[in-house]
Amino acid sequence: MSAHESVANYSPARARDRDALVARGAPGLPRLLAGIPPRGALPLEQHLALHGPLPSLGRRGSGRALVGARRGARRGDPALIEEVERAGLLGRGGAAFPTAAKLRAVAAASRSAIGRARPLVVVNGAEGEPASAKDRALLRSLPHLVLDGALLAARAVGAREIQLGICESAPTALDAVSCALAEHARVRGGGADGIEMVLRPVPPRYVAGQESALVNHLSGGPALPTFTPPRPFERGVRGRPTFVCNVETLAHLALIARHGADWFRELGTPEQPGSALVTLRGPLPHPGVYEIEHGSLLTALLDAAGGLAAAPRAVLLGGYAGAWIDGSWLSELVLSDAHLEPYGASLGAGVVAVLSADACPVAELARLTRWLSSQSARQCGPCIFGLDAIATAFEQLALAGVAARGSVRNVRVSGSAGRDAHRTADASHGRAAIDRRLRALAGLVRGRGACGHPDGVARLVESALEVFAPELDEHARRGPCTACARPSELPAPKATPTPVPRAAAPIPPSR
Amino acid sequence: MTPLHRLRVNPIACEAHGMCHELLPERISLDEWGYPILDGAPLDPALLDHARRAAAACPTFALLVERRQR
Amino acid sequence: MTAPLLPVAVAGPSLDWYLTRSTGAVALLLLSVALALGVADVRRLGTPSWPRFVLDALHRNASLLALVFLLLHILTAVLDSFASISLLAAFVPFVGSYRPFWLGLGAVAFDLLLAVILTSVLRQRFGQRVWRVTHWLVYACWPIALLHTLGTGSDVKSAWLLALSVCCLALVLAAVFVRAFAGFTREGARTRGLALGGAFAFALFLALWLPSGPLGSEWARRSGTPSALLGHSASRSRIVVGP
Repeated sequence: MSAHESVANYSPARARDRDALVARGAPGLPRLLAGIPPRGALPLEQHLALHGPLPSLGRRGSGRALVGARRGARRGDPALIEEVERAGLLGRGGAAFPTAAKLRAVAAASRSAIGRARPLVVVNGAEGEPASAKDRALLRSLPHLVLDGALLAARAVGAREIQLGICESAPTALDAVSCALAEHARVRGGGADGIEMVLRPVPPRYVAGQESALVNHLSGGPALPTFTPPRPFERGVRGRPTFVCNVETLAHLALIARHGADWFRELGTPEQPGSALVTLRGPLPHPGVYEIEHGSLLTALLDAAGGLAAAPRAVLLGGYAGAWIDGSWLSELVLSDAHLEPYGASLGAGVVAVLSADACPVAELARLTRWLSSQSARQCGPCIFGLDAIATAFEQLALAGVAARGSVRNVRVSGSAGRDAHRTADASHGRAAIDRRLRALAGLVRGRGACGHPDGVARLVESALEVFAPELDEHARRGPCTACARPSELPAPKATPTPVPRAAAPIPPSR
Repeated sequence: MTPLHRLRVNPIACEAHGMCHELLPERISLDEWGYPILDGAPLDPALLDHARRAAAACPTFALLVERRQR
Repeated sequence: MTAPLLPVAVAGPSLDWYLTRSTGAVALLLLSVALALGVADVRRLGTPSWPRFVLDALHRNASLLALVFLLLHILTAVLDSFASISLLAAFVPFVGSYRPFWLGLGAVAFDLLLAVILTSVLRQRFGQRVWRVTHWLVYACWPIALLHTLGTGSDVKSAWLLALSVCCLALVLAAVFVRAFAGFTREGARTRGLALGGAFAFALFLALWLPSGPLGSEWARRSGTPSALLGHSASRSRIVVGP
């Protein structure tokens, strides 16, 4: 199968009719995005007509209607879990954890615990990553695919309750899902599955999509990460074993149950089978959410989006917790984790963001890191202070740009370094010092928070230091560049600088 | 096999009091903001009592001495 | 005369009576020290020669020592035949016959201190939340202990006890001051204001109450001393010593 043809596309920015979408699709694609309506959500009848009915308990791709679901619900469905394992489905929320392993763990935890051990399923539609839009797109346009996946997951682990955690700042997605739930209740008969589905809006924080934060919120607490162990699969919402799953992963699950593991593996690579959704951003005519085959070329994706309109300086893969890759390697990049590993990157949450050569990476990084610092849950010292120090260091480099230009939106300087930033330092000395400082900070925050947020920032920073070394040098030597004042290419909602508490004074060393 | 003990810190509970570093400087150092840095390696059995004392001294019970079979 | 002075015959107060007063005074002093150390959060003042765990231990040990002296204080008070304080009255407030209200305050303070110390010693068992909530009781325990001292102590008018009480008060006030203004900023302005306000209000109350209360006339009768014991107040301060 030619990699160049293996892309189908969906652009939220333009209305496209259904036939054109299907016709452009390469063999095998689209899968998830099949039948996507140009506007609104795909209704239940059309969804069933397109994909077939939801498979019944224990039968794969049989096309039989839902039968005996209630009886089997308590037992779980090991056959389905096995099928998912054969398919090799990996989580699409960013961590790429094997879905079958997670299903097994929840099923096992609910069997071994006594008392109120009935498991539940949580659909993670929080998508706090500003650069990612794929989950929103799925929920908005193909909610029944996601609901099918959730129902199957519930059946697989023996759950009777599904909670749909959806970002409250995505009103169209919320509306689409609640309409889909109403349709579901009407067509299938309320409670026919015996599985209750509840829509739960989630605050739009970056960390709210983290597994333990989502579970914390659904249990009535704040949408902030908790200390693990115990992980949600053992003790989640209200202490019960919880299967937390990304929206896209559930959509894949819905199709695997219908068509089988072999069908799933027809696309993709052996380690990373199937298709995936990516959010493509950058200087392109048609940015947006695309479905790709794992192992296809990045250039094929860019071509499908109309080709780059400006020279690429670098590409950010995965999300704001991902890694930068230099633009000169764009043509050889293959979209699979195995191929990206030598570059220090991975597909992560499916964000592919191209930074044009016209942008100022230093200003972008200053904005990004300041936003990421503001999104800290403020529970762990190294994250609170470390991320602030990282943002301040980047602002220190970009600040001269602010002073010269007069105003650059979204670049705010806080912390003690802000006052020092106006001091001109010896260029090479300053550059090397900042480089050392940033590397030290990245190493210092990695692994020392309750969640992966500081780790993500560390990865972003370390790859940026490698890729953008020339621009960092320039800024240290000459100060602001002409590109500093350009509007940002990467979305970073305005970060209100939250005051960083004063750190407790450490004791001077006694020896 | 003899159980191995490891030090772990609950970063949410930790408030950087720093007593753990005073009581177990061999394995715990503090970063520039006063928060403990642990290396995750197994504990020397000779240090186990000191580690337990450090964990008991923590005002927020953020330091944990965990036992793992390995 | 080279032979040591021996209290051969004592009219009125026994050895227990002296012990009660002295252990009580020491207990109050230690309790005040413990409270001051805790309020001022001396842990953060660690230096290489005074590490934080030592400062933390100072606070803990002062409170434990206070408890020891408190137990001695209670024991000697119960054993003393003069005022017939039952053991029950030491733990259950307001059931005694000797100055029931003021003695009862002592029982309350003791119960509170016991709760605080038990939850602290068994903190790992009780959990952080229980410990934190119970620990706030010290802010009731200490003022009550001070009021008990001033109300029950029969030599409240003597200089040494007054001086001690003033010292204890000053110690705690200084600690509140230090905590509020030294800049360890975990608390908001509201908490700081509340703490300072509460501390000075208590000091003001004492300044207004003492002259008309314990330092005023006939306090022994007004505070509830049984009438049978009232006549002894004059001879109480004298010990007859034989050769």
